[in-house]
Amino acid sequence: MSEKGLFLEGVRIALGGRMLVELTHHVPPGEVLTVMGPSGSGKSSLLAYLAGFLDPAFTASGRALVDGIEITALPAEERLAGMLFQDPLLFPHMSVAGNLMFAVPQGIKGRTERRRRADIALGDVDLDGMADRDPATLSGGQKARVALARVLLSQPRMLLLDEPFSKLDMELRQQMRLLVFGKARERGLPVLLVTHDEADADAAGGEIVRIGA
Amino acid sequence: MLTRLGPLLTILILTGPVIFGLAGTVLPAFGFLPALGGMEFTLAHFRELFSEPAIFMSATLSLLAGLVTALVSLLAVMLFVAGFAGTRLFGRVQHLVSPLLSVPHAAAAFALAFLIAPSGMLARLVSPEITGWDRPPDLLIVNDPMGLSMMAGLVAKEIPFLLLMTLAALPQVQLHQTRMLTTSVGYGRVAGFLFGLWPAVYRQIRLPVFAVIAFASSLVDVAMILGPTRPAPLAARLLVWMNDPDLSMRYLASAGALLQLAVTALALLAWLGLERFGAALCRQAAMRGRRFRRDAMLRAGALAVMVLAAGVVFAGLGTLAVWSFAGLWQFPDALPSTFTLKSWMTTLPRILEPLQTTLLAGLLSTFIASILAILCLAHEDETGGRPGRGALTLLYLPLLVPQVAFIFGLQLFLIYAGVLATLPALVLAHLVFVMPYAYLALKDPWHAFDRRYDWLAAGLGKRRARRFFSVRLPMMARSILTMAAIGFAISVGLYLPTVLAGAGRLTTITSEAVALSSGGNGRVIGVYAFWQMLLPIAGFAVATLVPALIFRRFRGMQV
Repeated sequence: MSEKGLFLEGVRIALGGRMLVELTHHVPPGEVLTVMGPSGSGKSSLLAYLAGFLDPAFTASGRALVDGIEITALPAEERLAGMLFQDPLLFPHMSVAGNLMFAVPQGIKGRTERRRRADIALGDVDLDGMADRDPATLSGGQKARVALARVLLSQPRMLLLDEPFSKLDMELRQQMRLLVFGKARERGLPVLLVTHDEADADAAGGEIVRIGA
Repeated sequence: MLTRLGPLLTILILTGPVIFGLAGTVLPAFGFLPALGGMEFTLAHFRELFSEPAIFMSATLSLLAGLVTALVSLLAVMLFVAGFAGTRLFGRVQHLVSPLLSVPHAAAAFALAFLIAPSGMLARLVSPEITGWDRPPDLLIVNDPMGLSMMAGLVAKEIPFLLLMTLAALPQVQLHQTRMLTTSVGYGRVAGFLFGLWPAVYRQIRLPVFAVIAFASSLVDVAMILGPTRPAPLAARLLVWMNDPDLSMRYLASAGALLQLAVTALALLAWLGLERFGAALCRQAAMRGRRFRRDAMLRAGALAVMVLAAGVVFAGLGTLAVWSFAGLWQFPDALPSTFTLKSWMTTLPRILEPLQTTLLAGLLSTFIASILAILCLAHEDETGGRPGRGALTLLYLPLLVPQVAFIFGLQLFLIYAGVLATLPALVLAHLVFVMPYAYLALKDPWHAFDRRYDWLAAGLGKRRARRFFSVRLPMMARSILTMAAIGFAISVGLYLPTVLAGAGRLTTITSEAVALSSGGNGRVIGVYAFWQMLLPIAGFAVATLVPALIFRRFRGMQV
């Protein structure tokens, strides 16, 4: 039996007695599960649940495993759930390199080595030479790519995407989709994408679950 | 969990001193004070209290001071916000008035006194040309028997407080749309705001208004500087009894403190009546559809009061600054004929120790309050709960119970514990009042912080402490330092808690300044008032400059 990938086992999320999400699913490494639904349908709650930040007002049961490890039993900081949001959310008080070095796992010691990894990651998203920039001076597309590089640097177990393309321009949007899904496939990361944009789902190419319809 | 400690300690700090303090005043008032041999229940001390000369006059003065101050400052703020919220002028006046908040009450009172006194700046400016005075007229302007100058001084200080509280409540109402709606059906600006928005705003600022009433009805320092003397308002007389070397006066003082509690409670009750009356008046006018379109005079009046409040205090502070450098300054000259640093030099040796105590007590109480406020808010994040009405009332508890009524009783426990007039006791007494403001100042910015940054950092594998110190703390540096600056300003301005917990042996700039008030030496008072102003300003300067300097490279961190 293959244990690779993200397993959602009987995940149920309810708010005040109203069932929002009921889901059992397997997302193989490098593939994308797209969860679609109108706003308020609980799709963001599903991400919050997996990341470990579900508001206490919600009740949740079931469990989630990645590569055989039950992440829902772990504290948020040990789940290594890499997240991308609508906004790039680069830390405004750190340079681009600072943002990236912050993400390099703790186990990797030494400033030079951490910086080297940050530079490589930056090169991977075609932003060589941007390391010392103030994130506020980057364009929207550049910020999105730094955010992607940052999350990949942290060696996540999976990616949780919360409509990460919705605020980008049309042309950029397709570029970013290809980049994000490509990197996930390259690294064999299971991806959970919530969106209400059909084009996102098409680009993701994986299975689609509709909730709250 | 560490954050659990936040609400726990905060509640302890907010309620403990009040409860123990009240017990420490109630028991002696009824004759129970074992340390002095008082073991029997008696009403003798109340009989003694009521036979004090003009005690009811004192109580009435306090009651009126509470009600009039609250009414005038609330009306000014209400009409000003109603007439101008959303305009450019509003922002300007707000910037003019807000700094007043950090001016200690005593400094503002001195400022007013040195402006309007018979020998004050105003009289000098118009003399002898207009008035013909070549010496200060024999008028009782400051310390007038009706307490008008005292109330004026209070109004000038409470206006910025109520304005700030109203500003915090405004985002929760639909200002712009409601304005358009009421205007489109023909209501005047003020009436449209009062009918459409004020009830919702007022509900948010009710506790602050109550705090103003409680404070103004029991104030000591402003009363000692500006208030009437024969008789003085109740709380000012109480303090004299409390400081009496004859320990048996504690019984009388305790009974008086209970009377003060009753006076403040009565003022609050009367206010509840006024609230109903005002609401009914508003409702009736609204139901009749009265448009009140010609409200230009009203708006101009409110604006004038706001500007006047700020103008008077700033002009007075300016006068005090001049006094501190004045050499020979004869009446009616508008400026001294010589300037000298003598006042600064001669006060320097005796100002150092109070200055040090002010800094220590201010920094320590602010530091503790800041940490507790952060822990409380972090705990709210974790549990997903927001403090309910009860918790908020608790926060205001030390501000709603008259300071004299419980700090005096608390003094008793400080004596028993052997910590009277020590720094820890002073810090605790200050903390009780700094804590509420610290929490209130940080609450909104904390909730406005985008929590996705925190989630994201957790997703990157960062533990809670690391997330706080690397992400939240730097990103919120400005808000956290502003909270600290507010807390520090509050601490610097505290008079009564300082006098009672410091027992006259541990003094601060403010307690020393008020002690100087009876002497009326403008030069020395000028120096002390200057320091009183300077410390809070320094705090706010640090709060603005330090983050700007640290994060100067990052555009996203600039305001």
